Amino acid sequence: MTPNFSPAEIRKDFPIFSKTMRGGNRLVYLDSGATSQKPRQVLDAERNFYEQHNAAVHRGAHLLAEEASIAYEDSRGVLAKFLNANDDEVIFTKSATESINALAYSFGNSAPNSRFALKSGDRIVVSELEHHANLIPWQQLAKRTGAELVWFSIDSEGRLDLSNIAELINERAKVVAITHQSNVLGTIVPLDEIVKQAHNVGAVVVLDACQSAPHFAIDVKKLDIDFLAFSGHKALGPTGIGVLWGRSEFLNQMEPFLTGGSMIESVTMSEAKWAPSPKRFEAGVPNMAQAVGFAAAITYLNNLGMENVANHERDLTAYALKKFSELRGVEVIGPKGNKERGSVISFTMADIHPHDVGQVLDQYGVAVRTGHHCAWPLMKKLGIVGTTRASFYVYNDEADVDVLIDSIEQAQKYFKV
Amino acid sequence: MELDSLYQEVILDHYKHPLHKKLSSDFSAQVHHVNPSCGDEITLNVMIKNGLVENVTWEGVGCSISQASTSIAADLMIGKSLADALTTVDSFSQLMSSKGTDAGDEDILEDGVALAGVSKFPARIKCALLGWMAFKDAALQSKE
Repeated sequence: MTPNFSPAEIRKDFPIFSKTMRGGNRLVYLDSGATSQKPRQVLDAERNFYEQHNAAVHRGAHLLAEEASIAYEDSRGVLAKFLNANDDEVIFTKSATESINALAYSFGNSAPNSRFALKSGDRIVVSELEHHANLIPWQQLAKRTGAELVWFSIDSEGRLDLSNIAELINERAKVVAITHQSNVLGTIVPLDEIVKQAHNVGAVVVLDACQSAPHFAIDVKKLDIDFLAFSGHKALGPTGIGVLWGRSEFLNQMEPFLTGGSMIESVTMSEAKWAPSPKRFEAGVPNMAQAVGFAAAITYLNNLGMENVANHERDLTAYALKKFSELRGVEVIGPKGNKERGSVISFTMADIHPHDVGQVLDQYGVAVRTGHHCAWPLMKKLGIVGTTRASFYVYNDEADVDVLIDSIEQAQKYFKV
Repeated sequence: MELDSLYQEVILDHYKHPLHKKLSSDFSAQVHHVNPSCGDEITLNVMIKNGLVENVTWEGVGCSISQASTSIAADLMIGKSLADALTTVDSFSQLMSSKGTDAGDEDILEDGVALAGVSKFPARIKCALLGWMAFKDAALQSKE
C-alpha cells in the first residue's frame, strides 16, 4: 500500500460508488482504461460553469463572455502545466481520437514543400500495439498521400521489438506515431530510443498518451516528443473533451483540419488567414464546460500527486499480478513482471470466452472490459480472439482485486472448467 | 441467480458440444459474419435445393451465447422448407427483442427458447443473433 493514499477516502468523492450493482453487490470498477469515473469536484465544476459563467468564449463584450473566456483559458493553463507545456501549445478537441485525426488531416493538407507533407516514398511508422485510434488515421493518411505505413512488431510478452529500429525509422520516415502505454497489455513503450532515432532522421514523434497521462506524470519537454494526444474522460474528466499538444513552432506552420469561426486572423469572401495556435485548431464554439471539468479533474489528480497515483497503481498491479500467478487456468497476456508496465491486466481463461467471463464478473459487481479492445491487429498477432481486461485507477484497492480474483474462480465453477 | 436465466444448461451443452460445426465442402451459399464490437465471427454454409434446407454447417469463434445459438439454429433449420426456415428466424428475432417478456414458442424454436433469457441482456442479443442472421443472409443468397 502506498503511504498517505486512501482509495476508500477517494471513493467518497465519486457518487457512482454508492450504486448497487447486479446481485446486490457494490461496484468494483475495473474498466478505467475504457473510461474513468468522475469525482464530484468535476461534476460541480461543469455545473458551476453552466450556472454561473455560461457564454460563448472569445465572443461578446458582456460579463459572462468575459468570465467564460477566463474559465476556458485558465483550463488550458492547467492542462499546459500538467504536461509542462506552454499555454499556446494546448489545443482542446472533443477527444484523443479527434486530436490524432486532426493531426493526420493537417499533415495531409500541407503544401508540398512543407515539412509535414507526405508523398509516395515517405514513411509513417506505428506499432502493433496501437489502439485503432492511433492506427486507422495513419492508414488513411498513407492511402491519401501514397506514403508507406510500417510498424514495430512485438515479442511474446507484448514488448516492442526495437531490433530493426534503424531499418523502420529510416531517412524516409516522416511521422512516428506510437502509443505510450498499450491499452490492452499495459506495456510501457521505450520512448527514448524511438524519439532519438526519429529525430536523427528528421521525423516527428506523435505520442498517444491516453493510457499514460492519466496515470503518471508526463513532461513533454523531457520526453522530447513533438505531438501528444489524450482525452479527459480517461483522466477523471468529462467526455467530449481531449487535448492535442504540439510544439508551437510546428503548430504555427501547420494547416487546420476544421475551419470556421474563431480560427481566423482575417476573412474575405474568397480567402481566410489562420489565427496562430491554439485558436487555429479550435474552430467553432468549443466544449467549454467540458474543458473546465477537464481542468478540475487535472487539479484533482494534482492534489493527489501524480507520483502518488503512479506508486499506488504500481503497488496495486504488483499485488494483482501476484494473485493472478496463483490462479490456475488463467493466463496474463502481456508483461508478467511489473517493470515498464502500467496498471492494466489482460488475461484469458481456458475454455471460457472473455465475453462470458465478463458476464459472470458483472454478476459480482465487477466491471471489466472484454473483447479486442479496439486493437484487432494486436489480437490477431497474439493469436487470440480477445481478452478480459482489468484496469486500475486511484479509487481501486486490494479489496477490489480480491473480489476480481474470487469472481474469476466463480466463473470457472460456473462453466465447470 | 440472474445468470442462470442467461446460461441455461442447454446453452452450455451446445457450447461444449456444438452441432454441425464442420464446414461442408459443397454449398449453395457461404457467408462470413462478424460481430465487430466483440470480434466473434462465423462462416456458415447452406445447401438449399428446390426450396428445401438440406444442410447447414458452420465454423467460428466466439462466446458461449454466439456459438450455442449458431449450433441451435443450424440444427433447427436442416430439413425445413426455406419459407418455414425464414419464419423461424423471424420468430427468434422477435424473441430477442422482447426484453424478457416472451418465453418463446417451443413448437417453432425448440432448443432456441433456451436463449429467451438473453433478451434481458442487451449487450448479448447480437451474440445470440449472429448465427441466425448469417443463416438468413445465406438463405436469401441461395434464393437469388
